[in-house]
Amino acid sequence: MNAARALLEALKREGVDTVFGFPGGTIIPIYDALYDFDIDNILVRHEQGAAHAADGYARASGKVGVCIATSGPGATNLVTGIANAYLDSVPMVAITGQVRSGLIGTDAFQEADISGITLPIVKHSYLVQRAEDLPAIIHEAFYIASTGRPGPVLVDIPSDLQLAEIDYDADRAQKLDLPGYKPTVKGHPKQIRTAALALAEAERPVIFAGGGVITANASEELRELALYAHIPVTTSLTGIGSFPEDHDLSLGMLGMHGTQYANYAITNCDLIFGIGVRFDDRVTGRLETFAPGATIVHVDIDPAEISKNVAVDIPIVGDAKRVLAGLLTEIKKHSPSPDRHLPWMEQVAAWKRAHPMTVRQDESEELLPEYVVQKIWEVTKGEAIICTEVGQNQMWAAQYYLVKHPRRFITSGGLGTMGFGFPAAIGAKLARPDLTVIDIAGDGSFQMTLQEMATAVNYGLNVKVCILNNQYLGMVRQWQELFWDKRYSATCMVCQPDFVKLAEAYGAEGYRATRPDEVEEVLRVALSSDAPAIIDFRVKREANVYPMVPAGGSIDQMLVGEDL
Amino acid sequence: MKHTLSVLVENKPGVLTRIAALFARRGFNIDSLAVGETEDPSLSRMTIAVDAQDSPLEQVTKQLHKLINVIKITDLDPATSVERELVLMKVKAGSETRAEIMQIVEVFRGKIVDVSPGAFVVEVTGNREKIDAMLKLVRPFGLLELVRTGRIAMGRGSAKL
Ligand SMILES: Cc1ncc(C[n+]2csc(CCOP(=O)(O)OP(=O)(O)O)c2C)c(N)n1
Repeated sequence: MNAARALLEALKREGVDTVFGFPGGTIIPIYDALYDFDIDNILVRHEQGAAHAADGYARASGKVGVCIATSGPGATNLVTGIANAYLDSVPMVAITGQVRSGLIGTDAFQEADISGITLPIVKHSYLVQRAEDLPAIIHEAFYIASTGRPGPVLVDIPSDLQLAEIDYDADRAQKLDLPGYKPTVKGHPKQIRTAALALAEAERPVIFAGGGVITANASEELRELALYAHIPVTTSLTGIGSFPEDHDLSLGMLGMHGTQYANYAITNCDLIFGIGVRFDDRVTGRLETFAPGATIVHVDIDPAEISKNVAVDIPIVGDAKRVLAGLLTEIKKHSPSPDRHLPWMEQVAAWKRAHPMTVRQDESEELLPEYVVQKIWEVTKGEAIICTEVGQNQMWAAQYYLVKHPRRFITSGGLGTMGFGFPAAIGAKLARPDLTVIDIAGDGSFQMTLQEMATAVNYGLNVKVCILNNQYLGMVRQWQELFWDKRYSATCMVCQPDFVKLAEAYGAEGYRATRPDEVEEVLRVALSSDAPAIIDFRVKREANVYPMVPAGGSIDQMLVGEDL
Repeated sequence: MKHTLSVLVENKPGVLTRIAALFARRGFNIDSLAVGETEDPSLSRMTIAVDAQDSPLEQVTKQLHKLINVIKITDLDPATSVERELVLMKVKAGSETRAEIMQIVEVFRGKIVDVSPGAFVVEVTGNREKIDAMLKLVRPFGLLELVRTGRIAMGRGSAKL
């Protein structure tokens, strides 16, 4: 069998049934093998869409996402998507065609050194040199992408090797030989005991949960711990959904656009139990004033994250699910009394009452973006998969769509990639056809990857794009308003397509709402249809996201606008 | 602080690039780097000499560990390890200076490996201090060219890294 076919057999063995890709000269052999193979290729309209769709698919399903592109421009078009997956630790295998082995290094037609280009943004990469290695490389790639701290793995395959006839021994190919790769999954028992005691004895504890909890499928364990020990939970942006946000113990998101109560709680606590987080600068603000009096417990599968940004007192390297299970057993031995930290819980409740995240929509006034998000939440009963673009739309979605389950909030946290949400939603819909999938978008971001509407229509993927249309690059405009003397340089984007007609031109449905009283009705009508749709919400143009911690400021010093 | 890292890696294409790139990205300057096959041909050992503060170095070491092809990293303590470097130097040698240079070479247990009318090529091995000391003495004669292999090092005793 040729190596291209063997690659597909290996993918099949990894449980792959859907890949996202776009063909070209050097990858024709693989597409030829796909022609009558039972793996579906979702033909995107731009390779960036393939990478983001694979990313969304992976986050929604927990499986490895696969994207495929040809050499040269096809491969370079994947780069943003690979970087995005790297920064958010998403398991992905990117397969690229490469020019014939004899031509490598000669600036051949459509040659790009994609393994070199992506070196700093992959977990690992392969430039295949012998066709017979290909099936084993695919299995290694999947193993590396999905274990430890997940991430993207690139497999670059010269076209002549794809065609080479090889002896394919499926079982032998699955024997892994990775002497340098042994992720630590089991947390150190002594550290777990120390952390359990610290948690049981803390007077002002807070749990800070991140994307790692979702990756490890540890939400159930997290919930058990929080409820058993009665500890409030705040999450990072990518941790949204790791703990039900409609629960009393939830403080929502912390950091630059976090809730006031989450930021006050973190600043005043005596113990942070951080799990699957990386204390990113958008979370900590000014490091010197971040949680000054707190003992910090940090659980992460990646030892390089421990004490990278903040000094950790009790580090635990391991898989979130296993560590949480161990911790629960340990903490039960101390049977902490529920009212040991009553004053703290009252204080947290008081902050919540004093600074709630309320939407103040006056029916006769301009439409507020957060009102739209709240209505989306009501109409979908908080059960939809929400993908977001980047900017204000992302923050309003994070603040006002109270996510109840893991894998239902899909956003570009680390790289902050405009144009991510829509293709990610396409991937998410393929992973979870049973759920409503919505991309909460900005008009600017959506225009970066809107060509994927053809993909959605092509495959009948019911994805709704809800544009919070302010005709600005809103988040940048907000910074310019607050810190740059309202000099709106290059952020006004009044010239835009008619999004309703655009949807129709693609064969999708288009809707528009401009007044608050239209929102709910439009959403109900749009969501009752099976077709992909764009809903153009014309929102107050200069609405701002609050609370806001100015970059580099202390997170308890928040700008709150006029209302909060 | 000067550190000598001994890094055991899989003998595969691209490994050197990955390691060098990590150091570059974190803004570290590598003083020297020597690579070669080990007793097991599927493995190579790199000796990397860097000048770095402890905590950024710890971060780089952790990042190095994350490279799939890196098997083991040891920060060798100079007190419990042997380090050597091989140096070739081309020194100007006229009829009046030859004898003096030969004497220096002898003191440092070096070897003259090439002789021509105007110059010697001298080979010498040793640790940092020895090489530096010898260079200091030889420079005044006219050091025409200098090539160094970079440091290699090994822990003392019977333990295997
Ligand atoms: C690819 C890319 N380019 C530039 C930016 C910088 N940026 C961050 S937010 C933002 C504005 C986004 O505008 P829009 O999508 O309309 O959303 P809004 O903030 O108005 O909700 C920009 C330009 C980015 N994050 N990604």
